[in-house]
Amino acid sequence: MYTTELSKQPNVQSIEDPERLAAFEARVAADEFIEPKDWMPEAYRRTLTRQISQHAHSEIVGMLPEGNWITRAPSLRRKAILLAKVQDEAGHGLYLYCAAETLGTSREEMIEALHSGKAKYSTIFNYPTLTWADIPAIGWLVDGAAIMNQVPLQRTSYGPYARAMVRVCKEESFHQRQGYEAMTSLANGTPEQKRMAQDAFNRWWWPSLMMFGPPDENSPNTAQSLRWRIKRETNDELRQKFVDITVPQAEYLGLTVPDPDLKWNEAKGGYDFGAIDWDEFYAVVRGEGPVARERMTARREAWESNAWVREAAAAHEAKRRQRAAA
Amino acid sequence: MSDWPLWEVFVRSKGGLAHRHFGSVHAPDAAMALRHARDTYTRRMEGVSLWVVRSADIVASDPDEAGQLFEPAADKVYRHPTFYDIPDEVKHI
Repeated sequence: MYTTELSKQPNVQSIEDPERLAAFEARVAADEFIEPKDWMPEAYRRTLTRQISQHAHSEIVGMLPEGNWITRAPSLRRKAILLAKVQDEAGHGLYLYCAAETLGTSREEMIEALHSGKAKYSTIFNYPTLTWADIPAIGWLVDGAAIMNQVPLQRTSYGPYARAMVRVCKEESFHQRQGYEAMTSLANGTPEQKRMAQDAFNRWWWPSLMMFGPPDENSPNTAQSLRWRIKRETNDELRQKFVDITVPQAEYLGLTVPDPDLKWNEAKGGYDFGAIDWDEFYAVVRGEGPVARERMTARREAWESNAWVREAAAAHEAKRRQRAAA
Repeated sequence: MSDWPLWEVFVRSKGGLAHRHFGSVHAPDAAMALRHARDTYTRRMEGVSLWVVRSADIVASDPDEAGQLFEPAADKVYRHPTFYDIPDEVKHI
């Protein structure tokens, strides 16, 4: 799960050795990978740390809306699948935290930044999951949008991030397919189930399109990020791809895309779609999403109420070390 | 509480292959590091064997010295079999 450029920082150019900077730019332009101990400009380090940690936080917070439905999954099969998916999200968060740590920020600092509300995570998780149909919709649309964002990042210039993305993408495909399959069951079900499917689709469609981040003209860091190969395609390019791929999938299910302006454009070989409510997007980014407060409360509670497990593990290690020394 | 030590995780994908670096985990001790490595990196039969090594115990070469370290090989081309001219009539060499 991933949304680009949630918090913007002014592009501060610190004074750096121009020769090293030129050598770095040349390496990146030649599609070489940058590894943790290689020299890198401070702005590159900072931008990546922010991007990777926000990505990690999104995976972790992403467990909350789905975890909520594990006990209420409609069958044992769906429950086992959902458990595995939520466990994957935890794994993705851990791969990404590790990658971010190689840039010199500790895990503790990152988790603290999330819990204090200083760090951002994907806006999509601040929407509620009202019915079971939201779980299939999330797998299909939210994970689908995440894949669209993440596939190009497998070739991102920072080695540890690219390698984490390779593993994430491999696992994410299961997430999307299980969602579409579960959506198919509802779409082919009773009239009430069909209504549930359409209702969930209506609520998740626009927030999914927003996951690609603000439009290119309001995305001032895009050019720099593209040049540094931190990003490989622009927000609008990825959003268009997502729409073009997803609309036929919705049609196959007999669902109506909640966009009266959606129309195939033969000339561009893609769909034209209606205006996105960017005021809503920025409000959610500012933390005004419908369940933003609830998410962070749940996250902090999980962290605090499980502190005893971390303490016990540390105490166990200390005791063993003492015994070994005696 | 500050972070637990970092451990690098190496996975042998299948018998006959070497362990390969997969990523890292935080853990208070080796046994817990192995458990975390198992849950984090081998949820889909990715491996048959795990190694965990304290990251602090790894000694790495300095990327800034990569030139000095690795370049000398380039002017010692006679170390490669293709450096030598063998007549076409001579086979199996």
